[in-house]
Amino acid sequence: MTSSAVRAVVAGHGDFAHGVISAAAQITGRGEVFSGMSNRGLGPDEIERELRTRLDESGARVIFTDLPGGSATIAARRVLRDRPELVLVTGANLAVLLDFACHEELGAGAAARHAAEKGRESVTVFGAPSAD
Amino acid sequence: MPIDLYRIDDRLIHGQVVVGWGQPLDIGFIVLVDDEVAKSEWEQELYRMGVPPDMEVFFHSVDDAAEQHATYQAHTAAGILLTGDIDSMARFVAAAGQVPAVNLGGIHHRVGRTQRMRYVFLTPAEEQALRALASRGVTITAQDVPAARPVALADVLAGQADA
Repeated sequence: MTSSAVRAVVAGHGDFAHGVISAAAQITGRGEVFSGMSNRGLGPDEIERELRTRLDESGARVIFTDLPGGSATIAARRVLRDRPELVLVTGANLAVLLDFACHEELGAGAAARHAAEKGRESVTVFGAPSAD
Repeated sequence: MPIDLYRIDDRLIHGQVVVGWGQPLDIGFIVLVDDEVAKSEWEQELYRMGVPPDMEVFFHSVDDAAEQHATYQAHTAAGILLTGDIDSMARFVAAAGQVPAVNLGGIHHRVGRTQRMRYVFLTPAEEQALRALASRGVTITAQDVPAARPVALADVLAGQADA
């Protein structure tokens, strides 16, 4: 374990992680609690290795990914197989990261579950006629 | 309806396959051909998680997939057949025959491989295997997503793509 401020690794396609962390930092000023990585150009073994490295270096116990079936999620589930103390949240969005960043008083697992619920609640639809 | 895409991708089922190709091709099923995954319930569950409920996934060893090939070609929905490496696809084609084209979707960096494109790295043996596959009449192109330009094998091997 380290004394790093990082509490979660965010992994996904393209610039998803860096974009959503940047947005969370702008709103909360707490971007340092996240470590972002992209799967761009990486094979499955490399994604898993990079995830493990970031978790080991930071001591983070939570992984946020974008697509539930994306390669970052697949790699994260492989990591969880031998590290059951970790928590994985898939389908993460900005609302998820904001809530997680603002609940440092909760343990990592509880904060992740709380954030996932907030993220689910944040997805709403306005103004779409039901007849479409 | 035939299998619309025969793809080599070391990530197997992931976003580019399910969303990138699956939606425009209106895919109803995926045949995942991998000797190791075919033996592991845990691995199968891992990949099944990435597929929407209205899309079927079938897991086979290379030999089993070749035996079932005609069945999948007669499926009522369009499908994608995936292998995680060139050797598996070469063995599948040798056993099944009648594969018109193979898509190189992602063969990433590993020790001994040389970069040919942004997402294609090959060992000398893999390069030979692709040449042998092409010599059987299989059209081989590299194309990670449908919106990208397909790159012919000759251009991939000549390093005249995007790398």
